[in-house]
Amino acid sequence: MSDTADSPVYDVVVVGAGVVGCAVARLLSLHTTGGSPLRVALLDANRDVGAGTSKANTAILHTGFDATPGTLEARLVARGYDLLSAYAPTAGIAVEHTGAVLVAWDDEQAANLPALAAKAAANGYTRAEVVDAATAHELEPHLGPGATGAMVVPDEHIIDPWATPLAFAEQAMANGCTVLLEHRVVAVETASDVTTLVTAHGRRVHTRFVVNAAGLHGDTLHRAMGFDGFTIRPRRGELIVFDKVARPLLHRTVLPAPTATTKGVLVAPTVFGNVMLGPTADDIDDRTATGSTRAGLDGLLTKGRRILPALVDEEVTAVYAGLRPACEFSDYQVSADAGARYVCLGTIRSTGLTASMALAEEAAERLAAIGLDLHPADPATVVAVRRTPLGEAGVRPYQRGGRIVCHCERVTADEIVAACSGPLPAVDPDGLRRRTRALAGRCQGFFCLAEVAALTGWPVDR
Amino acid sequence: MSRTPHVVIVGAGPAGLTAARRLRVGGAIDVTVLDREGEPGGAPRHTDHLGFGLRDLHRLTTGPRYARRLVDAAERAGATVRAATTVIDVEPAAGPLTVVTATGERLVADAVVLATGTRERPRSARLVAGDRPRGVFTTGSVQHLTALHHRRVGTRAVVVGAEHVSFSAIWSLEHGGCSTVAMITPLPRDQTVAPLRWATAGRRRVPVHTGVDIDTIVGRERVEAVVLTDGTRIDCDTVVFTGDWVPEYELVRRTGLSLTPGTRGPATDRAMRTAAPGMFAIGNLVHPAESADRCALDGMHVATAVQTWLADRRWPEAVHPIDVTAPLRWATWCDGHLTVRTDAFVTGRLQVLHNGRPLVTGRRRELVPNRALVVRGAALDRLPDTDIAGLAVQVVG
Repeated sequence: MSDTADSPVYDVVVVGAGVVGCAVARLLSLHTTGGSPLRVALLDANRDVGAGTSKANTAILHTGFDATPGTLEARLVARGYDLLSAYAPTAGIAVEHTGAVLVAWDDEQAANLPALAAKAAANGYTRAEVVDAATAHELEPHLGPGATGAMVVPDEHIIDPWATPLAFAEQAMANGCTVLLEHRVVAVETASDVTTLVTAHGRRVHTRFVVNAAGLHGDTLHRAMGFDGFTIRPRRGELIVFDKVARPLLHRTVLPAPTATTKGVLVAPTVFGNVMLGPTADDIDDRTATGSTRAGLDGLLTKGRRILPALVDEEVTAVYAGLRPACEFSDYQVSADAGARYVCLGTIRSTGLTASMALAEEAAERLAAIGLDLHPADPATVVAVRRTPLGEAGVRPYQRGGRIVCHCERVTADEIVAACSGPLPAVDPDGLRRRTRALAGRCQGFFCLAEVAALTGWPVDR
Repeated sequence: MSRTPHVVIVGAGPAGLTAARRLRVGGAIDVTVLDREGEPGGAPRHTDHLGFGLRDLHRLTTGPRYARRLVDAAERAGATVRAATTVIDVEPAAGPLTVVTATGERLVADAVVLATGTRERPRSARLVAGDRPRGVFTTGSVQHLTALHHRRVGTRAVVVGAEHVSFSAIWSLEHGGCSTVAMITPLPRDQTVAPLRWATAGRRRVPVHTGVDIDTIVGRERVEAVVLTDGTRIDCDTVVFTGDWVPEYELVRRTGLSLTPGTRGPATDRAMRTAAPGMFAIGNLVHPAESADRCALDGMHVATAVQTWLADRRWPEAVHPIDVTAPLRWATWCDGHLTVRTDAFVTGRLQVLHNGRPLVTGRRRELVPNRALVVRGAALDRLPDTDIAGLAVQVVG
């Protein structure tokens, strides 16, 4: 991070280092312009990438079976699914092929299942299969009583939601992208061929093109760029993560029948071997209200008790709350303006993890359409980055030896030290959790906090 | 040629180390104690104050000295004590058991004693709502930080809980440069003894808020305050969740053993046998949480049972958890005695039923939550060790 007041003129600045912004920065960093590498910068207000909306994702790799056919979201989720499925193994992003089962809990929902299957087919997804209640209970023996029918979605998988933006950002950096953290954009100055983004600390970042991937603050940046058209109303989602001993309670993600506003409360295994219950969906006004609520947690337990009764008897390992950037429109708000040299990727909600690489393609196409000369870099020059996958289904570093420091998640000292070095180091416990799982387990630091603090040198008294 | 039997003990705390020493002293048995931590000794290692060793060593010492003594004694007796070795599985078999470590090492054992201990429920497991700032600890993490790493933890702490460990947390916090501004318990009174209360909260004039619980944690980056269920806001930069013990039962669950509902630890009989032949469980894995010296006595007790098993290879058909009636939370075995916990303050007599008939009735007294309550009686002692089904404990007037 530079403290100089002025930056070089970048070709593209991506504002927002969530999973979408990181994917865009990665893809652009694999391009050239006018025969030279594209100069790309990725800005974020936070201390880390993926530390906003992206950090509290439900971690489902969506097929897009339930999207509204014909929407941009439907197209980009389906495309993103293929892109991310191919990329994840090369980048060390854990994916577990669990599939999902969507369960109807009353006759009306059961009657609607064939329509959902038809909708899936209209989205190009033809492997969804409607089954009766007895089959649903056979597939998931711990399912609560009262299911009236189900639809199996064999390709709805689970993914490491934190490794994804990290892998994108690390590969972007390895290919020349500049990542500028703690760069909150507070003002935009536009000139005829250069746009200047002014940050909260008075830094000025110059660029020819701007990509808005600012998530919860996307509408604010959109207006600062001189546009209007959507207003973010945060939708809070609270998630409860249960102990790993609960993992045998289900084979696949159990989805609820969808409603107009949300995908509803699901129960999903995580690639780390936990079971997740959530999210809630509360439309709120405060864009910083990422705390969990008594009512939200109690409501989740009530729903969880119906879906998978044995789950709520298990210990809770973690509680997360995040804000999705919802707005008055249900579809993604993607636009481009040649005059402002500006592409907006607005109101990308929970499907953004799956759609991220397709959104990056979309951004690149739109940038090219509004005048950015863009050519794929020579594949021989592209630097690949491979993270250590953290999936419980794969091989973990501790199995090869090394001193385990975090016993609940079996994270070694070497992994912790490595996560705190390199081009994109963890700078706080949350960043360490996302990179290694250390401190994220059932004891929440009872056994290892002091050891982690000693290894990282981080203070615990501030 | 018969080989020397091998016993693997998982967990090098007071229970496991004492069992190891006793087994070695008692006969020609190879004993290996495995512990995942970098140093053996268990929780006393970081509990840097007096209060250890009274019942087993008959002398009062500090946690770290106590841990050192137990490690030394086990090693002097000839047990192999290996730290930094994580056991991830115990594979049951018709013959010997196999203990599997994180790196895939396989140890064949004629008996396995699980002594993996307990931890305090952290904030998340208690579903405390609010922000997720830094400055939220358990007593265990504070002890590690202050006693082993000499770190500062904060300046103003709210301690959640008012049992023995909650009061000892005041000392640990003080070692970390942090004063305690309040304690909170949903129960009507604190649950410790007068000398400990006076030596900690009393001398420092720490108010104990009774009948209220923590509702919300406030603070984006660092804790700024807690809000109680009665609406009271207490400004602080540190919150310590104390007590509310949950056993480290991952291995137990992996092997598919049944749990005692109230303890969430494995069900055992009086000889500390689990339902799996050759697998014993002792210490605070079974009874979360008793004092360290009682865990050590549990270790002595199990040694006899292990020797019997090695000699006769007989195992009970079933192991039955002991039923309890509210307000009792659980009843289980510790050092051959029935140990009980109550959820609420109640005055009455503990009564043990056997197949519905009163077996032993204790004296009338006040039963205090989060404190060890032991039921003794000759009729209980006369019960055979094997297959004690139909035991229940209740409170009578």
